[in-house]
Amino acid sequence: MFNKENKSTRDAYGEAIFALAKTNKNIVVVSADLAESTRVQKFAKKYPERFFEVGVAEQNMLGVAAGLSLSGKTVFASSFAVFSPGRNWDQLRVSICYSESNVKIVSTHAGLSVGEDGASHQALEDIAITRVLPNLLVISPLDYEETKKAVIAIAKIKNPVYLRLHRQTSPQITDSKTPFQIGKANILQAGKNLTLVGCGPILHEAIKAAENLKKQNISVEIINCHTIKPLDKNTILKSLQKTKKLITLEEHQIAGGLGSAILEQVVSSYSVPVKLIGVQDTFGESGKPSELWHKYKIDSQYIEQEILKIIKNPR
Amino acid sequence: MKDYSLVELKNIANLIRQDIIRMTAHAGSGHPGGSLGMADIFTALYFKILKHNHELPHWTERDRVILSNGHICPVLYATLAERGYFSLHLLKKFRQINSPLQGHPHQHSLAGIENSSGPLGQGLSIACGLALGAKLNKQNYQVFALTSDGEHNEGQTWEAIMLANKYKLNNLINIVDVNGIQIDGYTKNIMPLGDLKAKYQSFGWQVLTCDGHNMKDIINTLTKAKTSNKPVAILAKTILGKGVSFMENNFDWHGKAPNQQEAEKALIELKKYV
Ligand SMILES: Cc1ncc(C[n+]2csc(CCOP(=O)(O)OP(=O)(O)O)c2C)c(N)n1
Ligand SMILES: [Mg+2]
Repeated sequence: MFNKENKSTRDAYGEAIFALAKTNKNIVVVSADLAESTRVQKFAKKYPERFFEVGVAEQNMLGVAAGLSLSGKTVFASSFAVFSPGRNWDQLRVSICYSESNVKIVSTHAGLSVGEDGASHQALEDIAITRVLPNLLVISPLDYEETKKAVIAIAKIKNPVYLRLHRQTSPQITDSKTPFQIGKANILQAGKNLTLVGCGPILHEAIKAAENLKKQNISVEIINCHTIKPLDKNTILKSLQKTKKLITLEEHQIAGGLGSAILEQVVSSYSVPVKLIGVQDTFGESGKPSELWHKYKIDSQYIEQEILKIIKNPR
Repeated sequence: MKDYSLVELKNIANLIRQDIIRMTAHAGSGHPGGSLGMADIFTALYFKILKHNHELPHWTERDRVILSNGHICPVLYATLAERGYFSLHLLKKFRQINSPLQGHPHQHSLAGIENSSGPLGQGLSIACGLALGAKLNKQNYQVFALTSDGEHNEGQTWEAIMLANKYKLNNLINIVDVNGIQIDGYTKNIMPLGDLKAKYQSFGWQVLTCDGHNMKDIINTLTKAKTSNKPVAILAKTILGKGVSFMENNFDWHGKAPNQQEAEKALIELKKYV
C-alpha cells in the first residue's frame, strides 16, 4: 500500500497553487517572510505581480489579505500554523470571518512533527481556535494527494478556509483518484469492532495499529475526517451505529480539537464508549517527530494499546 | 569578576563560534548564521558588561538579558556554558529530546535563560515590563533586550518602542542585530526598514551605533549606553555567519545546519584566529 515515496503536504500546496495560478488569474498569494518554508516561492518567482511579501508581520498579512479579497481576489495567505492563526487571531476573526472574506489561511508546520524547533513552533491549538470561528471552514488533509485536491477545492469556493498542513514528509495513503469533497469524510478501511476517526498524516499511525490488530481478529474502521468544520456527522454516526465504540486521533491538543468536535456534535446524541487520543494539555519540545509522537502518546503503539483497552472493557 | 583583556575576549568569542558550529552540526538543524553574527556582542555582555554571577543565577539584582529573536539561541547557550552557567557537555544535547537546550529557548529549562522565545517580536515588550518592574521595585538592574532587524517588521516591536519612551525607561538598552538579512532574503527586499536610526530617534530614544565585530567599539558603546537618561537603541552592524567565510552574508545559513564536512571546514577556519 505504501511503496510510494513519502511526500509532504506543504509540497503539495506549493505545487497545487503554482498549477492553479496558470488558469485562475484571480489567485493572489501573501506571505510573511516564509515563502520558501511554506512552498509558495515557486508561485512568487513565476507570478511576482500576484505575490505580496509583507515581511515578518502576520497581523498585517491577514489585514492585507482581507483588503485584497475586497478587491475581488481569491487570496491565499501563508505562514506557520503557530503564527497564523496564532498571532493574528483577531484579524482572522473580524477582518476575515465576520466579513466573510475570500481568504484561505494555508498554514504549514502544524503539530509535534515540526520536531527540533520545539514547543514554540509546534501548533497544537490551531484547530481549536479556528473551529470556534463562525463562517470559517477548517480542513486538515491526510496526505500529499489529498492536499492538492483540497487546494483546488477551496479555490473554487468563496468562503474563508483554514487549511492545516505539515512540514515533514509522510506516507502517501490516497492517490490522485481517491474522491475528495469538502465536508465529506472518507472511510479509509472498513471494520466492525471499533471506529477510529482522525485527520492529518498522523492517521498513518492508526493504519499501522489496525494492521497489527488484524492478527488478533480485531477489525477497525478508519475514517479520514479531513474536514473538521463542517463535520460529516452522518458518516461518523453510521459507523458508530455499527461498531458502538469510538477512538479519535489528532496531532493536536485533545481540548478543542477534532475529537472534541465529534463529542459535541455526534456522541452528544448517540452515546458510545469513547477515547480521545491527542496531546494531553501540555506543550511539546524539541526532538525527532517519531520520538515526540511516542513520548506524547499519539503513535501506533499507544493507539493499539488504547484500541485493545476499549474493546476488552468498553465501560 | 575577572577583568578580561580585549585579546582574551576575542578568543572567547571564537570559542563560542566553534561551539555554535559543533552544536548545530551535531543537532543537524538550528540557526548558525545569526548566532555567529552575535558572538562578539554576547561575549562582551557576559564577560565584561553584565552585573551577574553564574553561581547565583537567580540573584535578584542581576542585569537581565532578554533574547527576543530566539532562533539564535545557540549563541546564548554557548555563551552561558563558556561562562560557567552549566557544563559544556550539555551543548551536545541541543535540540535533542528530553533536553534543557530547546530549539528555541524555554524560560524554565535552565538557569540563565530569562525568557521563552521563538515567535519573533515579543521580546522588547517583555524587556519593557522588566524595566518597569525594576523602577516599581526600586531595583537598579539594567535590562538588555536583544532584537533582530527582521523583528522590526512586527508591529509589536514598535508598540514597545513607543511605550519605552512614554515611561522613560532609561534602564532599557535594546541591542539590534542589524545584519540586513531575514529568512527569505535581504531585509531591503523582504521589508525595507528605512532609516532605523531616525525612526528610533523620532520615537524618543537615544541611538548609538557600533561595529558588532569590533570588541573595543562594542564595549565602549555598551558602557556609554548604561549612562543614558533615555531608553537606548544600539544599532549593531553585524555580518550573518561572521567568522566562517562560506556562511558570511549568505541568507541560506539563516536556518540551516552545516553537515559534517562543512562543520570541519568551518572549525579549521575558526581555529586559525586563536
Ligand atoms: C512571529 C514569527 N513569524 C515568523 C517566524 C519565522 N522566522 C524565523 S526567523 C525569521 C527571520 C527573521 O529575521 P532575523 O531575525 O533578522 O533573522 P536573521 O538575521 O537571524 O537571519 C522568520 C520569519 C517567527 N519565528 N516568528
Ligand atoms: Mg537579521
